[in-house]
Amino acid sequence: MARIIVITSGKGGVGKTTTSAALAMGLAQRGSRTAVVDFDVGLRNLDLIMGCERRVVYDFINVINGEASLNQALIRDRRCDDLFVLPASQTRDKEALTKEGVGKVLDDLSQTFDYVVCDSPAGIEHGATMAMYYADDAVVVTNPEVSSVRDSDRMLGILASKSRRAETGNEPIREYLLLTRYSPERVANGEMLGLEDVQEILSLDLLGVIPESMSVLNASNAGIPVILDSESDAGQAYGDMVARYLGEELPHRFLEVRKKGLFSRFFKE
Amino acid sequence: MAARLMPGNRYFAWLRSGISMLLGHRDRGSTKTKSMTAKSESEGNAPSAVVELKAAAFTLPVIRLLDTDMDTVAEQLGAKVDQAPEFFRNAPVVVDLSALPAGADEVQFPLLVGLLRGHGMIPVGVRGGNASQNRAAEVMELAIMSETATRNPRQVTTKPASKPAAPAQTAERLPETTKPVTGGSFKLITHPIRSGQRVYTREGDLSVVGPISSGAELMADGNIHIYGPLRGRAMAGMNGDTQARIFCQSLEAELVSVAGRYRVSENIPTTLRGVPVQIFLDQEVLRIEKL
Ligand SMILES: Nc1ncnc2c1ncn2[C@@H]1O[C@H](COP(=O)(O)OP(=O)(O)O)[C@@H](O)[C@H]1O
Ligand SMILES: [Mg+2]
Repeated sequence: MARIIVITSGKGGVGKTTTSAALAMGLAQRGSRTAVVDFDVGLRNLDLIMGCERRVVYDFINVINGEASLNQALIRDRRCDDLFVLPASQTRDKEALTKEGVGKVLDDLSQTFDYVVCDSPAGIEHGATMAMYYADDAVVVTNPEVSSVRDSDRMLGILASKSRRAETGNEPIREYLLLTRYSPERVANGEMLGLEDVQEILSLDLLGVIPESMSVLNASNAGIPVILDSESDAGQAYGDMVARYLGEELPHRFLEVRKKGLFSRFFKE
Repeated sequence: MAARLMPGNRYFAWLRSGISMLLGHRDRGSTKTKSMTAKSESEGNAPSAVVELKAAAFTLPVIRLLDTDMDTVAEQLGAKVDQAPEFFRNAPVVVDLSALPAGADEVQFPLLVGLLRGHGMIPVGVRGGNASQNRAAEVMELAIMSETATRNPRQVTTKPASKPAAPAQTAERLPETTKPVTGGSFKLITHPIRSGQRVYTREGDLSVVGPISSGAELMADGNIHIYGPLRGRAMAGMNGDTQARIFCQSLEAELVSVAGRYRVSENIPTTLRGVPVQIFLDQEVLRIEKL
């Protein structure tokens, strides 16, 4: 039985897809069979970030409608044999994601995979509620801004009531906080909320803090999940996130303002 | 004028008192139709008829809301009640929403209900509201009284007027409402209450171990105890109990109220923010005191 993980947020553009790709790749690299599913019908971009957009033949909705088998639609990653992508449809109506249809696909995936990572659209629209409904774990992706934190809080309320686990009275979804696009400089000069502030408001297990980093944009332009860029700060932070998800205890990194470089360090004091 | 009282309006709705006795619901309807008797045979092998369905007409005072600003409503209503406090004691009242301007802010039903109960009235229902107002009213257990009932009494026999005309299809307004707790003497919650969530403990106390987020709402007929920061709203004494209190470990609230007397964040002195407090009524005045 796979563990189903939903990557969700109240607001769009906070880094859900980036995170889904990183988490899926990280789990697969550690030898777990992992599928990552794009629920963002009409705005699909997981395939782009995974670098498999030119190999898409069938999509999630084809499988739901019985027009293709799961095996036909799953795209195996070229870099990692244990990783598979189930792309979203760019053209279909998101209402095609029916509760039964999604449940059936996730059930089938659960038979052969260890982890199913669900890349959710933002907010509480249909696609998002479908992505969270069957989840065992939820990663709530939040930027260090008041509005994003507030929306995440609201998402957590919805997660607590609108899931299969809530409806059947099972153990509730495990909820984790992931703080992304964290800029210590902007925190220092008061433009963004600090880590403590966010944790204080959300009081949630912190899975990681991903720094704001050029490497994310570069990686997604190249179709490479940023976690594979082990030189970069964001890549390392995502690596830590995967380790923490699997139970390792690691200190949080990249929280301090970085020194400008040798030159400025010389002249500082 | 924010609120106008319209005593003498005739109001008709499905009489539920007979059924209510069986189900333990509070009686809150009234109606006028040809009477109709429900025989107990329909209940299976009950011995003999113990319930009868009858229709009757009642005249209820109607409170017409002209504005959603609860400060003004509270003020003007208070003045009205002061003129004839006895008239309102235990009086069932209906809130009429039809005169609210189209773009008006949401009606703060928890506050309104608290306010009416605080003055001794028993708010039983609303009429003339739009779909979202009706949903919000239902959360507060107010009946949706349909206008057509007065005009076409026969319809009333087939359709209880206390149900909304059409079930909410999008149900997005208050989807994650926690169901009211009935009958119990208290409710204990050990997880955070998030923005958009509501908890209402009827006839008892509510205790929460965890933070109350801004945008979350706690309501109880009795006391409210919060072992954590209160950043949202807390309303104790919802049924008008002026002895109810609110306790919290850190007051950062958007609004607090006891039996309808309330204070918003703006009117909470900074010296009382972020510290443990209790909130209670002292001679009708809401007091916040450091613990
Ligand atoms: N840590 C980061 N640093 C810099 N840019 C980021 C970071 N995370 C995400 N982004 C950028 O933000 C945008 C939205 O990211 P994406 O993962 O698509 O968010 P979502 O799926 O939540 O809409 C993208 O342009 C992405 O490159
Ligand atoms: Mg996305």
